Amino acid sequence: MKCAEFLHELTNYLDGVIDETTKVELENHLSWCHNCYVVCDTTKKTIEIYRDSQLYELPEDLRSRLRGAIMKKCQQHKKRPPESV
Amino acid sequence: MEAIQNKLEEPVSEELKLVRAAKEGDDSAFEELVRRYDRNVFRIAQHITQNREDAEDVVQEAFLKAYSNLAKFQEQSKFYTWLVRIAVNEALMKLRRKKPERTVSLDEDIKTEDDSLPREIADWSPNPEQQYTQAELREILSKTIQGLPPGFRTVFVLRDVEGLSTEETAAALELSVPAVKSRLLRARLQLRERLGRFFQKRESGDGNQ
Repeated sequence: MKCAEFLHELTNYLDGVIDETTKVELENHLSWCHNCYVVCDTTKKTIEIYRDSQLYELPEDLRSRLRGAIMKKCQQHKKRPPESV
Repeated sequence: MEAIQNKLEEPVSEELKLVRAAKEGDDSAFEELVRRYDRNVFRIAQHITQNREDAEDVVQEAFLKAYSNLAKFQEQSKFYTWLVRIAVNEALMKLRRKKPERTVSLDEDIKTEDDSLPREIADWSPNPEQQYTQAELREILSKTIQGLPPGFRTVFVLRDVEGLSTEETAAALELSVPAVKSRLLRARLQLRERLGRFFQKRESGDGNQ
């Protein structure tokens, strides 16, 4: 397996949707190709860092204000005749 | 290396009960759906628009649109996937209005096969995120994802942050599964490379500088 082929399969590998034969080939490649090992490892870390980051959390006060506004608009909508979107 | 698991496993039947009640005019059921997904919609909207007020607008508009079109929801997909589709469209519309000089489309981003193949292969410090305070880290992550084309960051946030499956992401964005996979790979590799500037191992071998 070449590095380009490895990269092609990287997303499937990280997502765990890969057949056993390809997985063995990939892991064999990883065992000797340091560059691909680093790419694989740091890509996995990238995903984990974003997933765990709590970036753009909705604060509770804003959350309830938004929910109030949404439900109010829904009530107003109910009183109007149906429209197409 | 272990595979990364999706985190969002929805109890569909519970969701469907709420949807059906809401369809029959039970607003408290709809409000429960808002409670259930407002945080997700806000995160997705802010990732796409990169603007807090716009994200707040998108949350309101997306839920209102879902409410007023609930009768048209066929229950063939999860309500959440349907809602995400509405929210993504609203968010992209906001972007288009703000940046009329640049076309904002989910289809424009990919032209060549090798544009995001890694060029810099530098390893990271063992726990790179611990080199920074929470506030600094958020700033880094936010700036980094902002640099991606909207079509890439949208796929990344749906798949990797919100944990939608590839198929759900494809359905929400009206893209093919191979297109989602291709974008996801490029988004992940580009983010990795950009984050590397902050997280690379220092020459001294001391990752705490």
